[in-house]
Amino acid sequence: MKKYTFTEQKDTRSGFGAGLLEAGKRNENVVALCADLIGSLKMDAFIKEFPERFYQVGIAEANMIGLAAGMTIGGKIPFTGTFANFSTGRVYDQIRQSVAYSGKNVKICASHAGLTLGEDGATHQILEDLGLMKMVPGMTVINPCDYNQTKAATIAIAEYEGPVYLRFGRPVVPIFTDPDQKFEIGKAWMVNEGKDVSIIATGHLVWEAIQAGEKLAELGIDAEIINIHTIKPLDEEAILKSVAKTGCVVTAEEHNRLGGLGDSVAQVLIKNRPAPQEYVAVDDSFGESGKPADLMVKYGLSANDIVKAAQKVVKRK
Amino acid sequence: MSADINNLARISSQIRRDVVRMVHGCSSGHPGGSLGCTDYFTALYFHALKHDTSFHMDGKNEDLFFLSQGHISPVFYSTLARAGYFPVKELATFRKINSRLQGHPTPHDGLPGIRIASGSLGQGLSVAIGAAQTKKLNGDKQLVYVLMGDGELQEGQVWEAAMYAAHHKVDNLIAAIDLNGQQIDGPTEKVMSLGNLKAKWEAFGWDVLEMNGNDMNDVVRGLELAKAKTTKSKPVMILMQTDMGYGVDFMMGSHKWHGVAPNDEQLAAALAQLEETLGDY
Repeated sequence: MKKYTFTEQKDTRSGFGAGLLEAGKRNENVVALCADLIGSLKMDAFIKEFPERFYQVGIAEANMIGLAAGMTIGGKIPFTGTFANFSTGRVYDQIRQSVAYSGKNVKICASHAGLTLGEDGATHQILEDLGLMKMVPGMTVINPCDYNQTKAATIAIAEYEGPVYLRFGRPVVPIFTDPDQKFEIGKAWMVNEGKDVSIIATGHLVWEAIQAGEKLAELGIDAEIINIHTIKPLDEEAILKSVAKTGCVVTAEEHNRLGGLGDSVAQVLIKNRPAPQEYVAVDDSFGESGKPADLMVKYGLSANDIVKAAQKVVKRK
Repeated sequence: MSADINNLARISSQIRRDVVRMVHGCSSGHPGGSLGCTDYFTALYFHALKHDTSFHMDGKNEDLFFLSQGHISPVFYSTLARAGYFPVKELATFRKINSRLQGHPTPHDGLPGIRIASGSLGQGLSVAIGAAQTKKLNGDKQLVYVLMGDGELQEGQVWEAAMYAAHHKVDNLIAAIDLNGQQIDGPTEKVMSLGNLKAKWEAFGWDVLEMNGNDMNDVVRGLELAKAKTTKSKPVMILMQTDMGYGVDFMMGSHKWHGVAPNDEQLAAALAQLEETLGDY
């Protein structure tokens, strides 16, 4: 098992904030909108540097998405910022009609996704957003795993033409990816090569997968760990190549097991190479208030859950 | 530029013919609102707008128009075709399979003149404000126009956008509301009354004017007055009184022709009331 260490921990939303500032410096057409959550989205640095390119929308997310769609006409690249819940479910129809069906170059940037939002509870902890956005034709869906990857992803989507959903989170987590990485949309990252089981993880679950890989090595199971940061378009080739070697899969995500990364992977396998698969995901329920780490354990999203799923799926081969 | 009212009236007569022929041709679509707004579309595209029919999505240094109540697509399509955005004969494909003229407008299939999809109501004002903001950022002095239906004002997003435009002083925007007083289930006053719209929009911080949307002289006057009111720190709203179905006597003044196509006899009766001025497609 390849050794991953970290010296610093940060929230992925701060990676977004840093990436937005950098994207703004590189391209004067980058503009930002926020629905009364500047601090939560870490947009302060961009606003300080480019006050004339920032639009405060107030608590009016539907209007924000429509504004962003309109701003693309004339060449701007709008980044909208609010919580994942208000970035997707609340504005699904605006995204569908004004952005996606209209083919607009809007970047929907969503913080506080999933259970790790913590104490605010289920009203804010959306676990359905990846599924909702995946189903929108033409939408690119990205869920990076740490500060560095989120920053790189933010810069990359500014250079990509088309609607994007970028999902990140609130908690402080280890930084373990390369600070100078080139983020390639749609390209999986091989975290660790192995031969017994493919662990395919996204977002906060990638670090959990690495810890699980270390435990599995002690148990004599050689895990291949793949980071899928782009849920759509999915790197089918990387998944199929890995499963051809290992013969079984665990998918891991901070999302409902319905409609997320696991279902996307299952669809690829069914069409090309059927193989046993276990889901590490929330079992079709809402979340609740609590500390993020405690919630991840209660809802079955910890490294230990990945270990158990791997042991189970290896036996099904 | 002074308007040739007679010429505009001739164009609007042809567009009305196109509208009823299009909805008859596919036995579906929305003639009522289309006929009511024909004079507005004609005055806009053949007099008020600075626009380029070779069509560039970004519309830099052009005036832009957005249709929010996408169901009146027949009048939008006919106006665009008659203005030269695409061949007039393509109007015959309206609502048929493999057509660029979808039931509700969309840029998805590359129809020149369409910049946003609309149909799901209440979204167009936000989009228009966004485009107006970009024009300001680009130092582009041209204006953005948007048309909404009155029933559409029941959507909450409209009022989010209304608040935003005044707060951000979006004064390069001319919105209009088609006040025909009708919606699918009946008169707006019975379905969900809209109250005093002039007072409401003024209370939201807009500069409001009124015009008769079925009197070409008044439409031209209203659009010119609206233009004069721009760049004064307030968004501009035109409350436009129209009759749904205007120009075809048996379609007028009733919500029954909101989304119903005429049969063969009704088509003949309608066309008898509308002079063919530019040649049918």
